[in-house]
Amino acid sequence: MPFFAPGDDPGASFLELLRRTGSEPFAGFAQVPAAEGGFGSLEGSHATTVLAVRSSDGVVVAGDRRATSGNLISHRDMRKVFPADSYSAVAIAGAAGPAVQMVRLFQLQLEYYEKIEGKPLSLEGKANQLAEMLRAHLPQAMRGLPVVPIFAGFDPADGRGRLFQYDVTGGRYEEQDYATAGSGSLHAGTVLKLGFRDDLSEPDALALSVQALWHAADEDSATGGPDPVRGIYPVLAAIGSEGFRQLSDTESGEVFAALQADLSSGGSEGAARSDSAGGGPSSAGGSRSEVSP
Amino acid sequence: MSMPGMYVSPEQLMQDRADYARKGIARGRSLVTLEYGDGIALVAENASATLRKVSEIYDRIAFGGVGRYIEFDQLRIAGVRHAELKGYQYSRSDVEARSLANQYAQMLGQFFTHELKPLEVEIVVVEVGIGDEANQLYRIQYDGTVMDEEAYCCIGGDADAVRERVAEGYDPELDADAAIRLARAALAGPEREIAAPDLEVALLESNAEDATHRRRCFRRLDDDEVEVALGDSADQPDEGSDQEDS
Repeated sequence: MPFFAPGDDPGASFLELLRRTGSEPFAGFAQVPAAEGGFGSLEGSHATTVLAVRSSDGVVVAGDRRATSGNLISHRDMRKVFPADSYSAVAIAGAAGPAVQMVRLFQLQLEYYEKIEGKPLSLEGKANQLAEMLRAHLPQAMRGLPVVPIFAGFDPADGRGRLFQYDVTGGRYEEQDYATAGSGSLHAGTVLKLGFRDDLSEPDALALSVQALWHAADEDSATGGPDPVRGIYPVLAAIGSEGFRQLSDTESGEVFAALQADLSSGGSEGAARSDSAGGGPSSAGGSRSEVSP
Repeated sequence: MSMPGMYVSPEQLMQDRADYARKGIARGRSLVTLEYGDGIALVAENASATLRKVSEIYDRIAFGGVGRYIEFDQLRIAGVRHAELKGYQYSRSDVEARSLANQYAQMLGQFFTHELKPLEVEIVVVEVGIGDEANQLYRIQYDGTVMDEEAYCCIGGDADAVRERVAEGYDPELDADAAIRLARAALAGPEREIAAPDLEVALLESNAEDATHRRRCFRRLDDDEVEVALGDSADQPDEGSDQEDS
């Protein structure tokens, strides 16, 4: 049982506790030489499009389910959107292994702080903790294993949703309306940019997120679209004053069905897209469903 | 450090230390832990709303301490660290109260025999069972003695008297509110009343409908919730107006 002398106490930092007890959380790759040709030649798994949109009720976070190794699909049902704690979420893009490990450490850190201190960290404090982890991860990023997260949550002090974007060096940038990360982020970001309004309700924000993911999947081979055959849909989560809530596959499926109906009924660009959609969903037999997230 | 002067027999030395620890513990208020129909309730008499006697350790494990605050709070933090490190290295399901209780016992025993003064604390470590699993209640004394208790367990200065009062009213099928009322009555005794703000109450709930989703079973009740559980809030307006009249 760890016991520390006053003045030598690691306090409320779980990472510091790990270091003191002899397991440096980010040391795993420090001795590994950079692979020739970068990360691609290692054939590790790569995670892709994630996004967050602010709504009038809080914030919505979404991510596709595909992980790729080179030009192969390594996972069809990977999860890239996680609850960080009961009022915030973290979504990841980049090298899957280190990204998932970083999420785990981040979740542990937030809960550990809450238990040791007797109250949760502020939303800003949580965002800074994630930036610190990214800085510690920089040597790995330089070896071709980058992790690029998005952090979003409901700030009870402010009574609104807030979202943060990061870069591999640990740079932390608060965004006002939306944030995207990953290989399909350019396409997803354009859709969000065009569709964002200041008064988006939560269902509208979910519908817009789904539209952005669909277009990202349509244009980027490393981003997966909805897969009704297997019942695998992108992960959608909403965070408001009630806390984190992830939509079930059925609910996500309904949001996608509404988009599909919209596209195939000759909506905005449906007719042209549905014939040539390679990575996107098939639009055949789409029946109109109500969006009820 | 060598002590100049006369010879003290080991028996006397241990006796003195035990007396010292017991005196320290007897100065504080007591704490009751009891199993109810759907979980475990931890109820302590505590006038402070911020210096807590009852805390969350891990998903299904809670901690309660009486005696010197700074000493049992250090033990609480050591317990959180032990549990979190174990869960990180292995899996969350590998963290259990039994091993934690043994670690605490070792630590308290070490303090008792090797340090200048023993810790003036008494603690409980409890784990709520999910499904068919039984609850676990461990009581650990200042010298490292561990006791595996059933149904209920009381620590603190007045523990024996409190235990008798809990035993009189105890029924394993109690609901949470009834368990809290029984704990309050037992802590107060026949001659006084304890108001809701002077009670610290937390539950380890096994029944949460979404037990599969809700990993953390620990829930702390705020003053309002405690008042509702005690049934004080309903008759309070009447009492209030009576007092105003008189």
